[in-house]
Amino acid sequence: MLGFVVKRLGAMVVMLVGLSITVFLLFSVLPADPARLTCGKSCTPDVVQANRVRLGLDKPLTEQYTTYVKGIFAGRTYNEGQGVAEIDCPAPCLGYSFSQQKPVTELITEAVPVTMWLALGSFVLWMAIGVTGGVIASLNRGRWLDVALQSTALVLYSLPTFFVGLIMLIVVIVQFGLLPYPDYYPPTQDFPKFFDTMLLPWLTIATASAAFYVRLTRTQMVETLGEDYIRTARAKGLTERAVTVKHALRAGLTPIVTAAGLDLGLLLGGAIIVEQIFNLPGVGRLAVGSVIDSDLPVITGVTLVAATFIIIANFVVDLLYMVIDPRVRLS
Amino acid sequence: MTAQSTGPATAAGTTKRAFLELDDLKVSFQTEDGVVRAVDGVSFALERGRTMAIVGESGSGKSVTSQAIMGLHSRRAAKITGHAWVDGVDIVTAPDAELRALRGQRMAMIFQDPLSSLHPFYTVGKQLVEAVQAHGEVPKAEARRRAVSMLDRVGIPNAARRVDDYPHSFSGGMRQRAMIAMALINNPALLIADEPTTALDVTVQAQILELIRELQAEYNMAIVLITHDLGVVAESADDVTVMYGGRVVERGGVDEIFSRPSMPYTWGLMSSVPDMEADRGKRLEPIPGQPPSLINLPKGCVFRPRCAYAQHVPDGRCDTERPDLTPVDDGHDARCFLTLDQKRTLAVKATGTEEVA
Amino acid sequence: MTTPNLTDAGPRSASTPVGDVVLRVRGLQKYFPIQSSFLRRTIGQVKAVENIDLDVHAGETVGLVGESGCGKSTTGRTMLRLLDPTGGTIEIDGRDVTKLSMRQMVPVRRSAQMIFQDPYSSLNPRHTIGKIISSPWEVQGVNPEGGVKKSVQELMARVGLNPEHYNRFPAEFSGGQRQRIGIARALALRPKLIVCDEPVSALDVSIQAQVLNLLEDLQNEFNLAYVFIAHDLSVVRHIADRIAVMYLGRVMEITDSDSLYRSPRHPYTKALLSAIPLPHPSMRGQRERIVLTGDLPSPSNPPSGCVFRTRCWKAQERCATEIPPLSEISPGTSVACHFPEPAKEPVSFTPPQA
Ligand SMILES: Nc1ncnc2c1ncn2[C@@H]1O[C@H](COP(=O)(O)OP(=O)(O)OP(=O)(O)O)[C@@H](O)[C@H]1O
Ligand SMILES: Nc1ncnc2c1ncn2[C@@H]1O[C@H](COP(=O)(O)OP(=O)(O)OP(=O)(O)O)[C@@H](O)[C@H]1O
Ligand code: SF4
Ligand code: SF4
Ligand SMILES: [Mg+2]
Ligand SMILES: [Mg+2]
Repeated sequence: MLGFVVKRLGAMVVMLVGLSITVFLLFSVLPADPARLTCGKSCTPDVVQANRVRLGLDKPLTEQYTTYVKGIFAGRTYNEGQGVAEIDCPAPCLGYSFSQQKPVTELITEAVPVTMWLALGSFVLWMAIGVTGGVIASLNRGRWLDVALQSTALVLYSLPTFFVGLIMLIVVIVQFGLLPYPDYYPPTQDFPKFFDTMLLPWLTIATASAAFYVRLTRTQMVETLGEDYIRTARAKGLTERAVTVKHALRAGLTPIVTAAGLDLGLLLGGAIIVEQIFNLPGVGRLAVGSVIDSDLPVITGVTLVAATFIIIANFVVDLLYMVIDPRVRLS
Repeated sequence: MTAQSTGPATAAGTTKRAFLELDDLKVSFQTEDGVVRAVDGVSFALERGRTMAIVGESGSGKSVTSQAIMGLHSRRAAKITGHAWVDGVDIVTAPDAELRALRGQRMAMIFQDPLSSLHPFYTVGKQLVEAVQAHGEVPKAEARRRAVSMLDRVGIPNAARRVDDYPHSFSGGMRQRAMIAMALINNPALLIADEPTTALDVTVQAQILELIRELQAEYNMAIVLITHDLGVVAESADDVTVMYGGRVVERGGVDEIFSRPSMPYTWGLMSSVPDMEADRGKRLEPIPGQPPSLINLPKGCVFRPRCAYAQHVPDGRCDTERPDLTPVDDGHDARCFLTLDQKRTLAVKATGTEEVA
Repeated sequence: MTTPNLTDAGPRSASTPVGDVVLRVRGLQKYFPIQSSFLRRTIGQVKAVENIDLDVHAGETVGLVGESGCGKSTTGRTMLRLLDPTGGTIEIDGRDVTKLSMRQMVPVRRSAQMIFQDPYSSLNPRHTIGKIISSPWEVQGVNPEGGVKKSVQELMARVGLNPEHYNRFPAEFSGGQRQRIGIARALALRPKLIVCDEPVSALDVSIQAQVLNLLEDLQNEFNLAYVFIAHDLSVVRHIADRIAVMYLGRVMEITDSDSLYRSPRHPYTKALLSAIPLPHPSMRGQRERIVLTGDLPSPSNPPSGCVFRTRCWKAQERCATEIPPLSEISPGTSVACHFPEPAKEPVSFTPPQA
């Protein structure tokens, strides 16, 4: 078991290194010249050249990469020995955004909590609704409740996120004024405001996902409820609740956990849209903003952080497998 | 647990019911193709300490009958009529809570495939502990102690250590032992064994059957043993019920059935199995054709399409009339129009059985 | 090979003519590598089949029996080169096929076919019966006389299927009928040898008897040789002329069916037979039952010396150090045991010992 964890950790490190190289290469072979992008309209060839040196873009790619990685672990200083004001970028340094005049790390750390709250809240919401709905549907297989749940899920699942978000925004806030206009405050600062702001984004993301999990859970449950060991559990005289939750749901959990892990990782995609609609200063909005501004250091940083998050989510799923299914542990 | 769940239900005190008594039990399923009459009027009685074997081909309704006794059919999917009295409680009409209290406590069940019948994600010990705790407030440590001693009793070596293993690390025979331990941990009075040794090797089968016999004597259990292996029946049963197309076609004591089988289907079953004692060159005499569809049962005798003896019955009765279960001897009934005499003489021809002196 | 030539000699029941050898196997071995989950290194071997010698003659049925996991199926598959042997030689119909490539095996498959246990999974559910039964012709590029359809229908009729069901799909047939489809497919190329791997284990007794009778009839008609794998000893006794008893990938005893059941000579055979339920209630308790203790050892780490010694009640010191070779102890009977059981019915030609 320990061997498995060590092995997966090793694989994770290899993946992160590979990933960072890929991302780095990808953005350096883009036709856009990052040095050119630092000065906008006021660019002259001299300025561009000077900025290129400032950014270290005149160095060979391998050196750029090692400097970048070193920056992550030890921090780095821009403009060193250039006779211009030095810019300090403490570890973990993911680059410096000249257009926003801030280290990328700082931009991301400001944005991450917002997205994290968004993700966690909607995750809990959709898992609770989805799994419960799926279990209820499976227990009422073929009856109207099952049909109703399934068709609702089907409709909600096919609605695009931006559509759901906009409808909610327009109906709940604009039309009926049931909630104030979104204005993000951290939960530690002003919880009621935080909650009012986050409720609709949570619901927006949770809607489609919950619909998906209703269907996934139902399929899993229908399958495991037909297993021989469920009959054994009933023959033991267990309550129907214990049979359903402890035996059937437990056995059907593996694919649900897999999907949940992946979805949590991919949540950023949904966050981009929702953060735009509800004006939340999260990673998604940061990413969109930096793409519009062609702020390459920020794009690189966000991509790296997001990918790392997905890799970690996968690792956690693998660990969960072992907790759930003892057969994985032993083989 | 409800207090009324035990004690004889014969309020008037006129008839004494057997410990397990099925009375015209019928189970049918509504399917897209029509109504499947899986069990169509099964009756038998069984006392504690005795073993009733149910034999018959695949699809004859053996498992459906046994699951009805355990009250395991969902009331939504299965339509059940008649009675199945277990220790005075009618399983067919008993409320869910009462059924649950009986299951795993007064009556227990083991199944054909022990691996798929044990939950793969829980240790064997945990599954046994759960069975104990489903029927009363037993502290965990006490339940675990009972689990270990029960595993030890069914012959799992190193029970104290193996109790924390998962089912997949047990061998096939040990899994079935673990299933038996789980079924018997609350000391049930009725054990239903649905093909308990079909998936096992003969050597392991012999061990498991021996174990079941020992435990039966120890706990004075009534056992319903479902099997298609006549050797297992000959070895373990006191009484035999032969099922065909969802009905009982013959029933009686094991010696009676083996010495004087009294209807063509039973004859066919017996002459289909290669006989270890007989001459090797002897050709098998299988029953021609296939079991009937339970949606469209043939008119007349259900066995008619496969029966080679119908011409012995006058007036084509086999084609038009359903035979009843009629006595052949004391406690031995068969469902066939042949006369008693014919049942005797034709049996000898069909199966080569001679009455055992 | 130090093994005596048990396989050619010995009285056979009169019903079995001794024909040409259609399958000859010498020193057959099949090991499966055990790979570590880490880096996929080979860390051991499952010795599924170890040193098997066997001759199968035309018109003869050789039974392979033994407990689950003893290597019956692996032996059957390796003999037909459906698996590559780790060691030993295989001759099919007089031709050494041990080293042939899969391409070169194609014509050999005409003379040797296989039927499987599971009539449900061994037929492609999306193909019609006609297509399934004619598939061997297609593979071999054979054009049967009288056209494909007519020939398939003849085969169908021969195995007791209604030829009009030519265009139906496997799902529309019962288990016994599906097994007949498998048999018809195996027969299509008029093979000399069919390896039957548990062909009736999944069937009800009455259907089982129908299929067994069919196999016997086909054998008589086409002088087929069968290797018949089963764990049901009464079925094997019924159909086989000779029986090989396997344990942990090795043959423990091989002899003709009657002798094996009348007078098992290997302790394992004796234990195996004693476990069979007696067929009549009046015989209860009449037989001494030998209960084997313990579990089957792992085939990746078999015991030293005699592989059966961990469960044998007769084991001596010698059994742990010296592998008992399979040797002929009376005509037609070979046993791999240092201390075989005495023959029950003294054979008339055994000279009285002084
Ligand atoms: N839930 C169900 N819905 C519809 N039909 C069912 C259901 N359960 C069982 N049946 C049908 O009832 C018949 C009897 O089934 P049962 O499982 O009792 O047979 P069996 O005698 O136990 O056979 P086997 O030896 O194959 O286990 C079969 O034809 C089966 O298809
Ligand atoms: N492809 C494979 N890879 C690894 N091991 C295998 C493979 N196939 C079979 N084995 C192992 O080889 C041994 C013999 O298996 P085999 O299937 O031949 O047994 P068998 O006698 O046919 O058993 P059964 O009666 O259960 O069919 C077993 O220990 C099995 O686990
Ligand atoms: S009643 Fe007629 S058809 Fe039915 S079993 Fe008897 S003889 Fe055969
Ligand atoms: S060689 Fe020894 S251990 Fe092996 S079967 Fe014979 S007596 Fe038993
Ligand atoms: Mg059944
Ligand atoms: Mg096999």
